[in-house]
Amino acid sequence: MTDMPDTTLTGDPSHDAPGAHGDDAAGYYVPGSPIADTKSPGGPIDERWQTRKFEARLVNPANRRKLDIIIVGTGLAGGSAAATLGEAGYNVKSFCYQDSPRRAHSIAAQGGINAAKNYKEDGDSVHRLFYDTVKGGDYRSRESNVYRLAEVSTNIIDQCVAQGVPFAREYGGLLDNRSFGGVQVSRTFYARGQTGQQLLIGAYQALERQVAAGTVTQYTRHEMLELIVVDGKARGIIARDLVTGEIETHLADVVVLASGGYGNVFFLSTNAMGSNVTAAWRAHRKGAYMANPCYTQIHPTCIPVTGSHQSKLTLMSESLRNDGRIWVPKKKADCEKDPRDIPEEDRDYYLERIYPSFGNLVPRDIASRAAKNVCDEGRGVGPEVEGVRRGVYLDFSAAIERLGRDGIEEKYDNLFDMYARITGENPYETPMRIYPAVHYVMGGLWVDYDLQSTIPGLFVTGEANFSDHGANRLGASALMQGLADGYFVLPHTIRDYLADGPFEKIEESHPAVVEAKKAVEDRVAHFLGTSGTRSVDSYHRELGNIMWEYCGMERTEDGLKKAIDLIRTLKDDFWRNVKVLGTNDSLNQSLEKAGRVADFMELGELMCIDALNRRESCGGHFRAESQTEDGEALRHDDQFAYVAAWEFATDPDVAEGMGTPVLHKEDLVYTAIEMKQRSYK
Amino acid sequence: MKVTLKIWRQPDSVSPGAMHTYELDGVSEDMSFLEMLDVLNEDLIVKGEDPVAFDSDCREGICGMCGLMINGQAHGPEVTTTCQLHMRSFKDGDEIVIEPWRSDAFPVVKDLVVDRGAFDRIIQAGGFISVNTGSAPEAHSVPVPREDAIRAFNVATCIGCGACVAACPNGSASLFMGAKITHLGELPQGQPERDSRVVGMVAQHDAEGFGGCTNIGECTAACPKEIPLDVISRLNWDLHAALRHGH
Repeated sequence: MTDMPDTTLTGDPSHDAPGAHGDDAAGYYVPGSPIADTKSPGGPIDERWQTRKFEARLVNPANRRKLDIIIVGTGLAGGSAAATLGEAGYNVKSFCYQDSPRRAHSIAAQGGINAAKNYKEDGDSVHRLFYDTVKGGDYRSRESNVYRLAEVSTNIIDQCVAQGVPFAREYGGLLDNRSFGGVQVSRTFYARGQTGQQLLIGAYQALERQVAAGTVTQYTRHEMLELIVVDGKARGIIARDLVTGEIETHLADVVVLASGGYGNVFFLSTNAMGSNVTAAWRAHRKGAYMANPCYTQIHPTCIPVTGSHQSKLTLMSESLRNDGRIWVPKKKADCEKDPRDIPEEDRDYYLERIYPSFGNLVPRDIASRAAKNVCDEGRGVGPEVEGVRRGVYLDFSAAIERLGRDGIEEKYDNLFDMYARITGENPYETPMRIYPAVHYVMGGLWVDYDLQSTIPGLFVTGEANFSDHGANRLGASALMQGLADGYFVLPHTIRDYLADGPFEKIEESHPAVVEAKKAVEDRVAHFLGTSGTRSVDSYHRELGNIMWEYCGMERTEDGLKKAIDLIRTLKDDFWRNVKVLGTNDSLNQSLEKAGRVADFMELGELMCIDALNRRESCGGHFRAESQTEDGEALRHDDQFAYVAAWEFATDPDVAEGMGTPVLHKEDLVYTAIEMKQRSYK
Repeated sequence: MKVTLKIWRQPDSVSPGAMHTYELDGVSEDMSFLEMLDVLNEDLIVKGEDPVAFDSDCREGICGMCGLMINGQAHGPEVTTTCQLHMRSFKDGDEIVIEPWRSDAFPVVKDLVVDRGAFDRIIQAGGFISVNTGSAPEAHSVPVPREDAIRAFNVATCIGCGACVAACPNGSASLFMGAKITHLGELPQGQPERDSRVVGMVAQHDAEGFGGCTNIGECTAACPKEIPLDVISRLNWDLHAALRHGH
């Protein structure tokens, strides 16, 4: 493990010494008891998963038919789980808010999926994928989970190929691989720039096969709005049929949330318009801890914002950084010029300059912050938005010279087309302009090694959980995690829980069910009955601005405290003054959005509290108070090598009752890897 | 720029609908078509009028959720999805007519939103390879000629948006079906179920009320992913082969 160019920082940090400051978030939270993962069996890291699979109890095939499983979300994590559990013979109910499971936002992932196949014989292995993922996550992930992820990665590729996923191949008919940001081996499998689409269609087809077989019932245009907890166990959900408005009760023996990430708390992100936190947040309010909510991944290569009408941001795959070179002009005076007229010696290829060994392939958080820094210096390019040029060049001219236009077309054609479509510029002729945008959240509901939350019977998979990526996710690892969880992990761990089932039958008249349903009905009635003046979107946009400004790429104590005040004021106004037209008994998109924005407000506040508490810089979380002399992120392992797991607390005096959250810490202990300060120089 | 919008409004699947006219000023050419509709909806909400319902999700041309008839063309004047169409394709003073997908098999849910559940049911009838999780052989055990993999990929890019159906005078979903049959039929993994797949999918297609193909080619012209017309030849070839084999 000494072959990576790591250097341990030993110098005295200029801005902040460990322990020099008090508790930044004092008064914003209540300390709670420590929390620990009790499901990982321990022992040598490469034997833990085998041990757990063996120790997890089995469910007799005849009994599986009697067990009901609810799965919320049909992306890679949810679709794969529903298909696999259906194949195993359980009764599965699968929910998505879209009109078809195939629309889930996994479909938009472009670049690829990692797997430790070592087909290139370039030194890759399960252990190296594990090592890269823990290091890339800045030593803030749980090592046993990450090792398992690396271990099952190879099975994913086998499964997907058998389903007919058309991965890129070499002339001999074998699978091709490429390299991706943050690593030095080629382990990424891809299907041009549409890998997520192809993997999702594979999972979707497997799911539809089970629908036809009668093991899975599919509920499209349904949104989970509440979790039903009976006697401390998750036993079902309240969902709204988005077409008829009917508030439905669905009961089960176990509930799985595979509802994706919450990047849309920033309003502008690369997430789909409908991506939301409601399923996860409702579970949080019912007792599931939310872990590391402030860990947000800002992706370095997105198309810059053009104006206030902007509804979302579009990612340009990170794979472009393999062939494109990132630069800005050395002189501010050149920023308005046609980039083709700026001579080589006047260009600053700043990533290659600052990080000579990784160059344009540094991890996402580093590339993003570097772009912000050069733009803050006034060397950004493209149109001015609110007085600043926020863009850097991603230049393919050298690659086009080297590989020919055909070579570039074959690799990136759809991405170049998409860029041209959105910007009206031809990237084959002039460099692309890119800027960071919110892309992925590493934070999510806390789960143990079994992917079970702090509510028994509530399992959480994919981006919705927190477990595998620490403080920063490496490229091509989200698809890997979603499918690992859904195809190969959850089906084994959930059976240990279900071995105690079927659980006592519950009637819809049970007080806990009635209460959950009434809570949803009351909320709907509130939104429709508030004769306010502001649209839901206007609140969402304002929340997003607060989050981006104070809880985005760089965070400070003062900024975060200010953000918390602003969010509380906004939230209060929202509950009194939001304007939702129409009725409940038909398709009502404003009503859908109102519920989602309400939950985003509470989440945003918790994210700021989490960021305020974590007075260190790690991965995607950069606290200005914690940096080295040359401006690099500085971790404080002595104080913050833990998962921050937040428990919801109720305060009847606040709108919707969000009280002061309770912080439970899970210490991160590494036995198979040595903690180091990350360096990509 | 300023545009005049004529939009189909229909409160639900059973009530009658009608075209309504809206004037919208201050439209920027950098807006996407759907962002233009977002701006209209914000205006309508402020005025206390019900906003226009339309589907969209990823807004980057890949999820297939969006889809409108724009001036009589599925997804409008460019070869792309509605979400990737930008207002620079229009000019000041334009009148833009916006309708939902036209097809009996895609009933209107509200305004511009339709029900495309029929596509899921066609896939359920055979659009898959039967391989249970965990039973797959090592990925390199079956080499796939690179050309076959590329052909399979090119048609596997179908996003299931339904533009092909909306554009077809017969309301046929043959391009959608042909794309799936070609995708799986190009690969060695797809061979064992090749006959049952085509028979099942075609039977479901007909049961859903989609029309037959008469080789007009509007589908491929409207397809944002440029799925070629010859996938329908492949569909017919496979269907005849399956029938010869006694299916």
